[in-house]
Amino acid sequence: MTGTATPGVTEAAAFPGERPVTPEVVREHNLNELEYGRILELLGRAPTFTELGVFSALWSEHCSYKHSKPVLRTFPTAGPQVVQGPGENAGVLRLPEGWAVAFKIESHNHPSAVEPYQGAATGVGGILRDVFTMGARPVAVLNSLRFGPLDQPRNRYLFAGVVRGVGDYGNCVGVPTLGGEVAFADGYTGNPLVNAMCVGLLREADLIRAAAHGVGNVLLCVGARTGRDGIHGASFASEELSEESEARRPQVQVGDPFTEKLLLEASLELITSGLIVAIQDMGAAGLTSSSAEMAARGGVGVEIDTGLVPTREPGMTPYEILLSESQERMLVVAEPARVAEVQAVCARWELTATPIGQVTDDGIFRVRHDGLVVAAIPGQRLVEDCPIYEPEAREDERTRARRAAAPPAAPDGGIEAALERLLDAPSLASKQWVYEQYDSTVQAATVLGPGGDAGVLRVPGTEFGLAVTVDCNERLVALDPCEGGKAAVAEAARNVACTGALPLGITDCLNFGNPEKPEVFFQFREACRGIAEACRAFDTPVTGGNVSFYNESPTGAVDPTPTIGMVGLLEQADARVPSHFSTPGDELLILGATTGELGGSAYWAEVLGFVGGRPPRVDLDAERRLQRFLVAAAGRRLLRSAHDCSEGGLAVTVAEAAMGGPYAEGGLGATADLGSADAGATVEGVLFGEDGARAVVSVATEQVSAVVALAGEHGVPVQRAGRVLEPGGSLELRAAGRVFTWSIGALRQRYFTAIPRRMQHPDVDRSAGE
Amino acid sequence: MLNVAVVRFPGSNCDFDTLRAVERAGANAFFVWHRDASLNGADAVILPGGFSYGDYLRSGAIARFSPVMQAVQRHVVDGGPVLGICNGFQILCEAHLLPGALMRNAGLAFVSKPVDVIVERADTPFTSAYPAGSRLRLPVAHGDGRFVAGEDTLRMLEAEGRVVLRYVAATESSPLQPNPNGSARHIAGISNASGTVVGIMPHPERVADSLLGPPDGHGFFTSLAAWRPRASKLNVPSR
Repeated sequence: MTGTATPGVTEAAAFPGERPVTPEVVREHNLNELEYGRILELLGRAPTFTELGVFSALWSEHCSYKHSKPVLRTFPTAGPQVVQGPGENAGVLRLPEGWAVAFKIESHNHPSAVEPYQGAATGVGGILRDVFTMGARPVAVLNSLRFGPLDQPRNRYLFAGVVRGVGDYGNCVGVPTLGGEVAFADGYTGNPLVNAMCVGLLREADLIRAAAHGVGNVLLCVGARTGRDGIHGASFASEELSEESEARRPQVQVGDPFTEKLLLEASLELITSGLIVAIQDMGAAGLTSSSAEMAARGGVGVEIDTGLVPTREPGMTPYEILLSESQERMLVVAEPARVAEVQAVCARWELTATPIGQVTDDGIFRVRHDGLVVAAIPGQRLVEDCPIYEPEAREDERTRARRAAAPPAAPDGGIEAALERLLDAPSLASKQWVYEQYDSTVQAATVLGPGGDAGVLRVPGTEFGLAVTVDCNERLVALDPCEGGKAAVAEAARNVACTGALPLGITDCLNFGNPEKPEVFFQFREACRGIAEACRAFDTPVTGGNVSFYNESPTGAVDPTPTIGMVGLLEQADARVPSHFSTPGDELLILGATTGELGGSAYWAEVLGFVGGRPPRVDLDAERRLQRFLVAAAGRRLLRSAHDCSEGGLAVTVAEAAMGGPYAEGGLGATADLGSADAGATVEGVLFGEDGARAVVSVATEQVSAVVALAGEHGVPVQRAGRVLEPGGSLELRAAGRVFTWSIGALRQRYFTAIPRRMQHPDVDRSAGE
Repeated sequence: MLNVAVVRFPGSNCDFDTLRAVERAGANAFFVWHRDASLNGADAVILPGGFSYGDYLRSGAIARFSPVMQAVQRHVVDGGPVLGICNGFQILCEAHLLPGALMRNAGLAFVSKPVDVIVERADTPFTSAYPAGSRLRLPVAHGDGRFVAGEDTLRMLEAEGRVVLRYVAATESSPLQPNPNGSARHIAGISNASGTVVGIMPHPERVADSLLGPPDGHGFFTSLAAWRPRASKLNVPSR
């Protein structure tokens, strides 16, 4: 692959009837002058309209990472456990006994903003395909969702539609939803976030990479027919939402989970039987990106005849066929002698596999339609030569001011009302309303389902399990992007470790505003710095992910939300530690040090209505020691429960562990002394402060001394704080010498009804949001 | 060893779970494809959960026309046991092997949660391991699980003791609703007159392994593994 085009082989003609390429048409394709100049230079001529569409898709932010690449390169991506790092459809980590885990997270924010049901459903579909094209069977999905407050009808409509879309798709395909997070804040009102993560299992030997090779090998289009939906979805994802975005509704693809399920089974059969050379999902930018990227990875060219692609309607142009984002389609590369066998496997799953082109040796991405060459572009340069930008980064003055600001005075009602308010806040309250719409037990491997710190599944036929979670506290990132980035990784790792699993690696979904704005790019760069530092400290490499920029609505950018998806290894699945107290009489221990920091806390935000202050500095070393302790204690089966301390501080952590799950008979009482005010902490700080590196565990009396000793060995501060009490009792918390009491039953009532109460409005149905 | 066929329709997604649960109980399990015209010598058949043919049109409505369903019909006529779980129950109703129908949940949303049920009929090939009146906690996961039937049919089912599973509240104060989907008379599962054909909405195959919680569902499969055509008390139905 040379940097210059070879004369003669890159000639292309306009498809009859297509628009001439004018400066206005170039602008419509979101290509700036620098980028268009680069196109002219690498083609040695003006592009055809079809070619312009191809460049526009592959050089969109979504496909090219043109604003993020230099920053992403700073992530740690190596480690003995890494089988496949960033750059493939999904990252892959090594597990014991020849197994491996493939996982990836991706956003579907913009489609969900205009069509929540289909937007969310196709988000799940896309991430499932990313995982099973690696040869992995999807075993869990998770999601991270952000909406504006539920007191607005539009937000309720989006929330209800997204949850239904996520559920209907994953439920039908038969992949359990094992966890997730949902939060509500003003900043997401015009631009909700919908991030979907998929985790799959494979035999390491079955791993397949999406690199085309073998000149003369055949490209086959497998699965659904190509329609006019989703054309330019990748470009849509790469611009700000506006009043006109509603008109983009036809660009939202429509999902068919039944075809997805057939595609899943057929793909895995094709991969494990060794019938194919490579396979890739036709995701963002459809046939264009799948074919161009597979060719570039393999260092070969491809030639496609769009006239051969099965379409849903007659008369589709090569431009439309190349850029359609119709769902449930795969591009497969196979040796010519194997094509009939590939077609037979697909037919068994009621799918067609249609030859549409071949691998070539000239490095050119060439498209024909009825014999006419309508695009001929040097393939490697098409994929790799998009200009890369390093925008200016500057912290917003207002962020500094918010960090320095002091909170208003506490309202009347005091501490008792404050905890009730926190447990009633939709961001902190039980997500039962959400996860009961998701099948969480299909595949019969769910060891710990949703509603705890992390989901845990057993790897079939083995003793070990996987813990999976997604986490981000956007308030901390907004106030201090670097510390917030660290905190997101630290929280994910604590959640995984609380179940007893050792954190192995992450995937990230980086949701930010417009990177061309210096204050947004600052947030992005700094959050990534924090993520990178934390991942280095925890030996949890970044295996891939997704950057979602331009999350802006007319009211401004969303809060910076770098969602961290993490997997951990639980060596003995039956040693898993649940997050709720189980046994009256057990001792309650607090691990980690409390200084009572309230900056960026949920208490200030939800109770005082104040988002500000300086978030606690993340002590990565203390976090790592806590993780290692939790894993060791679980391995020795010393813990009856473990729950991570994050939003709402110790008070919320102990209350959640005591209240139990939604199906428990009424929860257990608990009494605990959360700490003194020695170090100058306030009562509120002790109860609701959000210092990191802490967890609350319950331990059988006879194991307490062993736990204390083990904590000492790991250098983790431990405090014997109290006891688990009888069912139906009360929650009694001491802080800085004062005592506060709540009825567990009353707290449960608030915590489990907070979301359904707000959703019981007649306007949740689809019409109301219009 | 009893031979159990697990039927795979396009869109079945509890097929592997069911196969493993049968094997764990000590029977020989194998898949039968929806296009197969024979059950390959199976002594018993399970129609697993999922979304056969995407549940387009109506849950189970297309699956009933698969070639394999003709073999299942013959198997039923010959007195062979058939269990339909979730989507399998829907298919059995659509195929008129069981009365009634399964409609959209009363709450209109998909419901995935544990429910408590009582085993009311313990003389079927799938429930003989449970004492009658046993209380089980099993997961449900469905959008179309509301059992409906005409009043005459409901009376007949009750009179003939054909309600196999019924939703109940765990205790007086239980947070679990006694009826997750609005089913008539809290019915979670029924049988044909002879008890050989059983359809249930809950998923016993998902709680047949103690690692995943109390293995309340294991008994469905041990019942089947212990079932013997000749030793059975069940009468071959006349038609």
